[in-house]
Amino acid sequence: MKPAAAVVFATAVLGATAIAAEIPLADRKSGYEYMGRETRAMQDDDTANPGMLWVLDGEALWNRKEGAAAKSCADCHGDARASMKGVAARYPAFSTERGRPVNLEQRINICRAEQQQSTPLPFESKELLALAAYVGRQSRGMPIEIADDERTKPFLQAGRELFTQRQGQLNLSCAQCHDDNWGQKLAGAVIPQGHPTGYPLYRLEWQALGSLQRRLRNCLFGMRAVSYPSGAPEYVDLELYLMWRARGMPIETPAVRP
Amino acid sequence: MTRDDDMPQATRRRFLIEAATLAGAVGIALPLAVKPASATPESMRAAIRKVVGEAPLNKGRVKIDVPPLIENGNAVPLTISCESPMTAGDYVKAIHVFSEKNPQPNIVGVQLGPRSGRAAVSTRIRLADSQKVIAIAQMSDGSFWSNEAEVIVTLAACLEGV
Amino acid sequence: MARALINAPAKAKRGDIIEIKTLISHNMETGFRPDNTGKAVPRDIITDFICKYNGQEIFRAELFPAIAANPFLTFYTVATESGTLSFEWTGDNGFTATESVDITVE
Repeated sequence: MKPAAAVVFATAVLGATAIAAEIPLADRKSGYEYMGRETRAMQDDDTANPGMLWVLDGEALWNRKEGAAAKSCADCHGDARASMKGVAARYPAFSTERGRPVNLEQRINICRAEQQQSTPLPFESKELLALAAYVGRQSRGMPIEIADDERTKPFLQAGRELFTQRQGQLNLSCAQCHDDNWGQKLAGAVIPQGHPTGYPLYRLEWQALGSLQRRLRNCLFGMRAVSYPSGAPEYVDLELYLMWRARGMPIETPAVRP
Repeated sequence: MTRDDDMPQATRRRFLIEAATLAGAVGIALPLAVKPASATPESMRAAIRKVVGEAPLNKGRVKIDVPPLIENGNAVPLTISCESPMTAGDYVKAIHVFSEKNPQPNIVGVQLGPRSGRAAVSTRIRLADSQKVIAIAQMSDGSFWSNEAEVIVTLAACLEGV
Repeated sequence: MARALINAPAKAKRGDIIEIKTLISHNMETGFRPDNTGKAVPRDIITDFICKYNGQEIFRAELFPAIAANPFLTFYTVATESGTLSFEWTGDNGFTATESVDITVE
């Protein structure tokens, strides 16, 4: 589909899209609950969870001096086990510097640019995933808590609209699978509710750790929809909505998924 | 709205390449120029002969723990264990694992000894398709013992597209 | 340098059978996967793993492309004396990594 056609198409269906029914809070399930015993065991045992290799790399990076300022993350934030506790559970969060919500990876890069006077780490790079995993690990077990205030509301709304908007050659919305048909099967796999509780996570299909945006790109590909560039505001709005939708659910970073 | 993908032909080609990669991974025959590498029951038998030689292959004493139905063939948890006292006079010397439908028949080979205490090893393996996995143990008396397990590999519906 | 994660008990009783778990970061590129042009990406795997207990080999594994990325291996040994468990991985393209942990045997 040509971009112009895609825009016309998206605009045409947007107006006609009904708001899908949200999952009642008490019925929400993490993707963990749909996994087999062996994959759960891989996530539960830190010494068997390959995501921990990135967490260990992240710990080393946290303490490494970077950039023209020759400062490490630890120089400002101290011991991440204390200072980063609960932080990942609040992201994406509003950034006054950017005038909009930023995700955890973007927050790390803002710190790199402004505090360390260094270059941003590329999205999906081993280093950025490692730092995000290390910070995320400090919130494991803590409930997701997204600020639902005047500043974030318009972005949450934009994310919700993306989630419910039909798109791609299959003319599907995220909500049609993850709100309306979770628990059903798509090919041999159970459709999960799509709660981003464990990112960055180790996906067996990737054979590596990856970000939520990488996962969203996979979904868009599956819908035969065109994707956004990494870090695009559309992705962050969608992340914000998804995290809000998973509010109260515990962080599992680094999770393991098939 | 910014979209980064304005080359439908390239996208289609990439999809086909991905489909080919996937086909390679799950062993579906697609008419594409992918290296037709696949172990066969014959090449597995040849690989087993290389380990066992002319010695008879007995059935039993080896236990294979592998889920019968797995969610992704990229990391299948596998444990092989053998009944053995693991003493200086009676122990498991080696364990070899083979696949019938991977591009190569060998999966892993380990060497143990009386100091192992327990003849058991766990790892995570790749299975390109639903297939039979065979484990062979070589005992200190030179005898070989084997067992096999059938594994069904399913795949997630929404796979990596980029 | 590859990151490795070892899980072995720091303390054990003499004669105890202890479990050792090892995990190491490595892509384990099979050599069978085509790149975007259809050409196979060259094989790049860990081929050998050795565990030594106070310098004496107690476990060895030969790995093939069918071992999952970020190889995970668990095995057992009898706790005989206090000392060091050392681990060594070697592979294609000159890959080598080592790790060690101490064990106290009472």
